[in-house]
Amino acid sequence: MTRLPLLSILIWLPILAAVPLFLMHKRMKDNEARWFALLVSLVCLGLSVFMYVNFDTTTASMQLTEYLPWVPSLGMHYYLGVDGISMPLIALSAFTTVIIVLASWTMVTEKVPQYLATFLLMQGAVVGVFSALDAMLFYFFWEAILIPMYLSIGVWGMGNRSYAAIKFFLYTFFGSVLMLAVILYLHSKAGGFNIPDFYTLHFSLSEQIWIFFGFFLAFAVKVPMWPFHTWLPDAHTEAPTGGSVILAALMLKLGGYGFLRFSLPIVPDACHYLSWFMIILSLFAIVYIALVALSQTDMKKLIAYSSIAHMGFVTLGCFLINVIIIHTGNVESAHLSLEGAMVQMISHAFGSGAMFLAFGVVYMQMKTRNIKDFGGIATVMPIFTAFFILFAMSNVGLPGTSGFVGEFMVILSSFKANIWATFFAASSLVLGAAYTLWMVKRVFFGPVTNDAVSALRDVRGVDTLSFVLLSAMIILLGVYPQVLLRVFQPTISHLLDLSLQSRLL
Amino acid sequence: MTFKVLALTMLLAPLLGSAIAGLGCRIISKRLAHWSTIGLLGVAFVSALLLADRVLFQGQTWHAVIYTWGVSGNISFNVSFLVDHLTAVMICIVTFVSLAVHIYSIGYMAEDSGYNRFFAYMSLFTFAMLALLLANNFLVLFFGWEAVGLVSYLLIGFWFTKPAAATGSLKAFLVNRVGDFGFLLGISALLDNLGTLNYQSVFAKAGSLSHTTISLFGHHFPVLTVICLLLFVGAMGKSAQIPLHVWLPGSMEGPTPISALIHAATMVTAGIYMVARMSPIFALSLDALNVVMIVGATGALFLGLLAFVENDIKRVVAFSTMSQLGYMMAADGAMAYNAGIFHLLMHACFKALLFLGAGSVIVAMHHEQDMRKMGGLGRHLPWTYAVFLIGSLSLVAIPPFSGFFSKDMIIDSVRLSHLPASSYAYWCLLLGSFVTAFYSFRALFMTFHSKPRFSDEVKKHLHETPWSMRFPLLLLAVPSVIAGAWAVEWFFFKNGGILANSVVVPEGHRLLPALSEEFHGVWAMVLSAWKTRPFWFALSGIAASWLHVIAFPSVATRLEERFPRVKSVLEAGFGIDALFEWITHGTKCMSRFFYEVTDLALIDSGMVDGTGRRVTRLALLIRRCQTGYLYHYVFAMVVGVIVFAIWLFVN
Repeated sequence: MTRLPLLSILIWLPILAAVPLFLMHKRMKDNEARWFALLVSLVCLGLSVFMYVNFDTTTASMQLTEYLPWVPSLGMHYYLGVDGISMPLIALSAFTTVIIVLASWTMVTEKVPQYLATFLLMQGAVVGVFSALDAMLFYFFWEAILIPMYLSIGVWGMGNRSYAAIKFFLYTFFGSVLMLAVILYLHSKAGGFNIPDFYTLHFSLSEQIWIFFGFFLAFAVKVPMWPFHTWLPDAHTEAPTGGSVILAALMLKLGGYGFLRFSLPIVPDACHYLSWFMIILSLFAIVYIALVALSQTDMKKLIAYSSIAHMGFVTLGCFLINVIIIHTGNVESAHLSLEGAMVQMISHAFGSGAMFLAFGVVYMQMKTRNIKDFGGIATVMPIFTAFFILFAMSNVGLPGTSGFVGEFMVILSSFKANIWATFFAASSLVLGAAYTLWMVKRVFFGPVTNDAVSALRDVRGVDTLSFVLLSAMIILLGVYPQVLLRVFQPTISHLLDLSLQSRLL
Repeated sequence: MTFKVLALTMLLAPLLGSAIAGLGCRIISKRLAHWSTIGLLGVAFVSALLLADRVLFQGQTWHAVIYTWGVSGNISFNVSFLVDHLTAVMICIVTFVSLAVHIYSIGYMAEDSGYNRFFAYMSLFTFAMLALLLANNFLVLFFGWEAVGLVSYLLIGFWFTKPAAATGSLKAFLVNRVGDFGFLLGISALLDNLGTLNYQSVFAKAGSLSHTTISLFGHHFPVLTVICLLLFVGAMGKSAQIPLHVWLPGSMEGPTPISALIHAATMVTAGIYMVARMSPIFALSLDALNVVMIVGATGALFLGLLAFVENDIKRVVAFSTMSQLGYMMAADGAMAYNAGIFHLLMHACFKALLFLGAGSVIVAMHHEQDMRKMGGLGRHLPWTYAVFLIGSLSLVAIPPFSGFFSKDMIIDSVRLSHLPASSYAYWCLLLGSFVTAFYSFRALFMTFHSKPRFSDEVKKHLHETPWSMRFPLLLLAVPSVIAGAWAVEWFFFKNGGILANSVVVPEGHRLLPALSEEFHGVWAMVLSAWKTRPFWFALSGIAASWLHVIAFPSVATRLEERFPRVKSVLEAGFGIDALFEWITHGTKCMSRFFYEVTDLALIDSGMVDGTGRRVTRLALLIRRCQTGYLYHYVFAMVVGVIVFAIWLFVN
């Protein structure tokens, strides 16, 4: 594609750009910092678009690889590369950062340069996770993300932020420590940290199950899967708007990505053995969490729960494949579910991210999250309402929006596994509509309830721009998902091959 | 022009109109908004006519892939369109009624602040409905299916500051979603069994499933029956079949033109259309067809009964819509698709006419909808009275109005059907014609006859509507009178019916030959109407309502007092609304239990924070060991040495 070390640039440019923002925050005006961060994030976005457009969609092998010795004596390398699974997620990270920088114009007033620096750091680390092909490097970036995220909640968060920040940190850290142990174990077997080398290792079933659960805790906490989800609503409600957008759009994807990069190809037999366990947990997330979302009185918490419920489709799609193949004996039919999971990961970022951003617009003016305090917003903010209803419709999974595509694919494929899986998964059609539109009704419709609402200003300027960008992505993916599907098809095929071979000792 | 150009023009013109009026809603003038949407809708209407001409008169059909939506594994999801006889008939009526309602809205919505938005929604609806009709696979069908649901939601909640409108729109969306839930399960089952969502392939391959079964609750069911019933659940939601009809009365909170367009003429008939479209699959499952017929016929009778105790003029028309949809669905169940679709067309005209007529009454009465506060309006609003009368006569199936032909065809078809459910359905439909006549003329008499029950203040302002509103009424009144007589022969008996081979009826269940034997020309049918049962049921219905409202209102009151139970059961809608309330309430309780008990108490405070607390407590306990006194440590060491020595000794 190019001789440029594109991935390194995407990782280190934002991290380096964060340095002057941190150092010069006293001498820099807020707007200077914003323009600077915007410039950096736009450069990253431009490079990601370049990468997306020039990506070779005919091969499953790693592209844009960079390989340098890091700590050679321990077998650690600075090894980067992307395939069809990680590349769209990297492009998504660059897009999300642009949105967050744009949002900083109206939604952040305190410590602006440091805020922007935090999120640039985060972008670098996230791209690092998605592009690392060395397990230690992966782990390095994986943990590095915790720092900016912890800071963003702890510094720019709301009332109960220290509880949420610590809960978030301990929870995710707890999960990843076990992952470190597993990575070290794999290293002892493979003689290095190269992730692709792990794909050839053979283990006994009980060993595989141990490894599976080591990874499982790390990824299940991030996704989050039931019952490891309770940190997320707290983190979301206390986080600043940008933090919530990053949480929904990127952080949760790390878990899904982990399942695809580690669990499925490294311990395929354990995945096979535990398929139903994972499917049931996923269905639990879809149904139970949707029910929990229904009784929320805090608007941001409601969006957070809905976000978890939708992530249930990602894990469902990932772990349906073995059951589908048992029933059909045909690899082709498993594509639908795994690709559905992948699409859901991307589309969830736009849908949930947009909802959190939109909530930020109202929160900035009203300083309350309580649904009861709103009511009749549609009268005072018609343009904002139009955008929000589009985002809500994507959340509801309306065809023609991105939210439909992934869920539709996973639901369709689940029938091959079991009709009851389809039944429970498809119940999100009703439950999702119920909690989303009931919230829309209470927040936007009806008469204007109080003076605070009637004093609201409609969305404008740079926020409108963010909304337009998000809406465009939501509709593009809904109307023409092939633009995304074609990118990861060869990789998914390869992944299916890997995860369907038995690698028992 | 090619088929493709025509079809795309027809589909995209309303979308463009909607974009102009919607995106420019704050910039452009009202005139521009309505002329651009109406102009582009006119383009769509002409395209629809040209398409219909090719299909119906030149016998060509067309289907093509427009673009590939997505490919996954060996499944390719396409956006592909189909224009055949069934589509051709439907697109004509949809664009026609939509055009009439657009024009009517210029007058009806003139004072509304959301004028441009209203036109944008209506055109968007037309686009979605056309997509539903043009679909050549289940993906596009589902897109249109959900998109019309969305626009219906937006339009019911058009006056969103009214709490009733906000509630009505939410209810409509959710109940429809329950239907869509079944629909999506059906689509999944089809994909699982056939590996394709394309109509032609599905219909071609469906026969191969006739011996396949699916295991549910430990029993084996024929998979085709399961699929048909699941698809039918979708139709029940959209077409307001019992018990998923509960959303339709609430939808009357939307502006009246919308009730005419969406909740009478077009969207609610999508279920009827869909069952007809799926006729090749339904033909393989007579069990499913029996269910369709029973549900349809039950709705035709019992949902009509609800109109007996309703006093809101719009809601009476809404109940009548549910009842008529029941007729159409029963026709689908009897595999009399021609009759079902014919009634759909006639109904679209006369029901839109009735709604728009009711709208004119409402405007004249300054947004009063309660019939108890009307009466004697016939003298003040002669024009509106005339069209309302035409609509009612057509609805009640008085010859030679259009509704007579279509409804008679349905009742005859059901009578001739060999399915076991047909005798039950026949009696339901027959009694239904009495019911229809009764409530229709009850509304007519209460509104336009009887003594005026409004104040002089209202009387002073009574006025006939402007011409922009009367013209569309005329547009709809003409077909309500003559279309039946004009088209019936052509529709049913020329070349095997107008739907030709776009619907499939298995050998031994074809009703057209038998109907054809009984049919001796249009005028013979009209003149021999007095020999048929439905005619007398309808007439007695009219007579009964005359007695009830005009002649002996006191008897009616006394009857009401005598049988309060009957009235309260009808007012409660047979308790189906309460059932839904109960389910909603139960879900909310369960939700609160999950949140407060499982999530907050068990997982969060028990497991998560609990772990934190336990670690702290353990640490406090262990801290005690570290006392700082030397003799404690020496003591521990000595004990350790002794234990070690014993261990060595034992080994």
